[in-house]
Amino acid sequence: MPTDGTLPDGVSVGADLRSMSAYVHVPFCRVRCGYCDFNTYTATELSGVSQATYVDELEKEIILSGRVLERAGITGRPLSSVFFGGGTPTLLPATDLVRALESLRELHGVVPGAEITTEANPDTLTYEYVEELARAGFTRISIGMQSAVPTVLATLDRTHNPQSVAPAVEAARAVGLQVSVDLIYGTPGETLSQWRESLESAIALDTGHISAYALIVEDGTALERRIRRGELPAPDDDLEADMYELADQLLGAAGFEWYEVSNWAKSPTERSVHNLMYWQGQDWWGYGPGAHSHIGGTRFWNVKHPAAYAQQLALNNSPSAGWEQPDHDARELERILLGSRLREGISTDGIHPETLVRLSGDGLIDSDAASRGLLILTLTGRLRADDVVRRVAFE
Amino acid sequence: MSPRSTNPLQPASTQPAKIRNFCIIAHIDHGKSTLADRMLQITGIVDDRSMRAQYLDRMDIERERGITIKSQAVRMPWEVEGQTYALNMIDTPGHVDFTYEVSRSLAACEGAILLVDAAQGIEAQTLANLYLAMENDLTIIPVLNKIDLPAADPEKYAKELADLIGGKPEDVLRVSGKTGMGVAELLDLVVEKIPAPTGDADAPARAMIFDSVYDAYRGVITYVRVIDGMLKPRQRIQMMSTKATHELIEIGVSSPEPIPSQGLGVGEVGYLITGVKDVRQSKVGDTVTDFAKPASQALPGYTDPKAMVFSGLYPIDGSDYPVLREALDKLKLSDASLNYEPETSVALGFGFRCGFLGLLHLEIITERLEREFGLDLIATAPSVPYEVTTEDKKTVTVTNPSEYPTGKITRVSEPLVRAGILTPKDYVGTIMELCQSRRGNLLGMEYFGEDRVEMKYEIPLGEIVFDFFDHLKSRTQGYASLDYEEAGEQDSDLVKVDILLQGEQVDAFSAIVHKDKAYAYGLMMTERLKKLIPRQQFEVPIQAAIGARIIARETISAIRKDVLAKCYGGDITRKRKLLEKQKEGKKRMKMVGRVEVPQEAFIAALQGDEEVKKK
Repeated sequence: MPTDGTLPDGVSVGADLRSMSAYVHVPFCRVRCGYCDFNTYTATELSGVSQATYVDELEKEIILSGRVLERAGITGRPLSSVFFGGGTPTLLPATDLVRALESLRELHGVVPGAEITTEANPDTLTYEYVEELARAGFTRISIGMQSAVPTVLATLDRTHNPQSVAPAVEAARAVGLQVSVDLIYGTPGETLSQWRESLESAIALDTGHISAYALIVEDGTALERRIRRGELPAPDDDLEADMYELADQLLGAAGFEWYEVSNWAKSPTERSVHNLMYWQGQDWWGYGPGAHSHIGGTRFWNVKHPAAYAQQLALNNSPSAGWEQPDHDARELERILLGSRLREGISTDGIHPETLVRLSGDGLIDSDAASRGLLILTLTGRLRADDVVRRVAFE
Repeated sequence: MSPRSTNPLQPASTQPAKIRNFCIIAHIDHGKSTLADRMLQITGIVDDRSMRAQYLDRMDIERERGITIKSQAVRMPWEVEGQTYALNMIDTPGHVDFTYEVSRSLAACEGAILLVDAAQGIEAQTLANLYLAMENDLTIIPVLNKIDLPAADPEKYAKELADLIGGKPEDVLRVSGKTGMGVAELLDLVVEKIPAPTGDADAPARAMIFDSVYDAYRGVITYVRVIDGMLKPRQRIQMMSTKATHELIEIGVSSPEPIPSQGLGVGEVGYLITGVKDVRQSKVGDTVTDFAKPASQALPGYTDPKAMVFSGLYPIDGSDYPVLREALDKLKLSDASLNYEPETSVALGFGFRCGFLGLLHLEIITERLEREFGLDLIATAPSVPYEVTTEDKKTVTVTNPSEYPTGKITRVSEPLVRAGILTPKDYVGTIMELCQSRRGNLLGMEYFGEDRVEMKYEIPLGEIVFDFFDHLKSRTQGYASLDYEEAGEQDSDLVKVDILLQGEQVDAFSAIVHKDKAYAYGLMMTERLKKLIPRQQFEVPIQAAIGARIIARETISAIRKDVLAKCYGGDITRKRKLLEKQKEGKKRMKMVGRVEVPQEAFIAALQGDEEVKKK
């Protein structure tokens, strides 16, 4: 990609058929959790990069993105959703998040009723904080609850007090924000009954949305080293499958419906627009170090380190580190792998009838839906979504 | 001590009375090659400068392993009391698998030096070769080697040798191949004790082939001992077993480099070159005669050595198959006992079913294929030839368990060997246990000296080819040695155990085992495969079966979770690449029915390795 970030020709084709969103990465955490391999840094890991001036850097990229999109012929596309993720966005003062949102609004515009979310650590959330966000136009907050069980949180290195989740949810709701809580299952040592306890606690919060993600032990993390040394048990896929089924069962009983493999909502209006747009293959610009963007079939991503990111922007260069234009096969694979995770499923056009028959026979897809021309995963199929994708895409 | 001879006798005109033909019988590591080197030096046919350690062992593998596979004959001049003699030292192969070749080498000699390490005493295989030499009426000269070693105990082992072959302990010569001490005396003794060869110089030519070696430049070099008559350059010769005729392009003696001569007469030992390219045309034990004036009677003792151990050899990288075929074709030129035919396995792909004289032979060939041709190979569990009779009274020889006849079997017979195990007496109990567990039948025990015993067993060969030697060594801290010879066949209660993956037979794991051991084998393999085969999208039963009867079963439960929870901040690329990588990985899988098995799992299962990463 050229240093000024110019996008390849053709990215504007069909732009009016796709929505536009923004992701804003905030690469700071107070402590690094042992399982985390996200692009985030604690204060001691960063030198020469200040949290205080971080939004200044973001604003530079926002201006740059305006130039790049204009050159590509993509203008006048207000944002359908904005998502602040991390890291821990709420480590920044609310005014910083608001300022970044204002810059985005100024550049792109925001559609009426757009979903504006930030992730939040329950410990950092006060009434004043959420009130300021709500006033500035934030509509939603996603709280990193992870677990209700102190020993599980300790294994995850999460420092928050589980007691602080309920007041945080209450505060957010009081100022009119939609609330989601994030849960993690499959933490080494976590039992099925501990997971049930977390689910029940999350359900008791009476939010409209819950995400439940299986813990992935990533290479290079402290957690991976501890498992390798035998200090912690290795993940057990069968237990994780039981946990997923329990989640689907308890959440279903509490009025939630899955709309994506790892996400449940009480009604279609509670679904996360931003989350869905990733799976639907819409356009978005990812701001901040390491953030990924997707514009008109081109995927590109920024340099990971905040210092390198700031350095490129200071030189008036694009902070992007690489890009790709997936070929036809790759795009087709993406369409299948993204779309099949959704409750709406994908069209069965182009899928070999025998593959469909076998997938139905194995109980992985809904056979009624298949007869109507849709590939929709069953509960068993959601647990084996990658297998379904391989069979649909490669057989 | 005798001086070096300054006037060597000319081949083709040497009186038999001035010839001495001998070999050295010794165990691996007892210093035979070092002693032979010293003889070459002392007799002056190799100068000190060009002397390299173990001159006679040509192949790298031999030098590295310190063993001799191919024998050669070296002619050395030696003077005793003013008379010059021609000493022919015939180097014998030193391993159990090459008994037939040893027997032909011995048949070319009138005497043998029995060489024993003064720190270790005699070993089972030396004993077997000694018996063979005594059966051939060879004059035995007992010698203790390595007497320069601090651990040497010549008194003890001299007594042992004297007990064994008769005579007095003081008559056992003590030498050091390393320092050269006693070697000249030994050569004097060879002249004095070993009888001169006899034969009829006027009879039609008869020479016995005791070795043939393939040389890339000269073709096959055939080593012979002339019994009667004379062989000359340009003569047309005939092989008496095959009736094939060849012209002698060159005839001569090794000293130790080849020196062409005017011929070879009665009692002489040397080489022939006829230009043939395949050692199969020059068979060990065959008789060479004059085509124009052939002998009426071939020399006794010729047989075609039989392959006794069979194994499938497969390239780990399937695309190496043509390389393997070429490599085998090449090795075959120099190894008359190697045979092979193409074979296909569900688990391992394309390979060759190979027949070997024995386990060491298998090991040597595999190692040469890997080393000289850069191949990575996997060998299936060794098998022996079984004679299987079916209900319709047809008998077939089964060398590969997957070719075992289906249907009702009325009789199975298996090859037996007579095994000699030489061991310090403390290990007798543990060896008895081992042999009993391998269906061995104790024939007798004999004590040597104070603390060593030779145990004689009759035991099925099939029990020996499967890790018997490893067990013997580990149970005796390496002290026991083993030798065996074929001893006929016996009917046994044998069955074929198949291993099934989701009902599909996996050929590479079928085995012919005794009925009493079938369950243990089935259990071991099903458990091992369960640990090695990754979970599938469906449940996979692993069964061991005799015919239609299931004797053991394990189940690999179906994968329940195969999904990544989330995409990282919109990093779709990462997830797509992971799926693409899984697709590539699938291409390297072997399919057994619907079950995908990584090739490494099969290899690990064959090697008994249970630690394969399930990725």
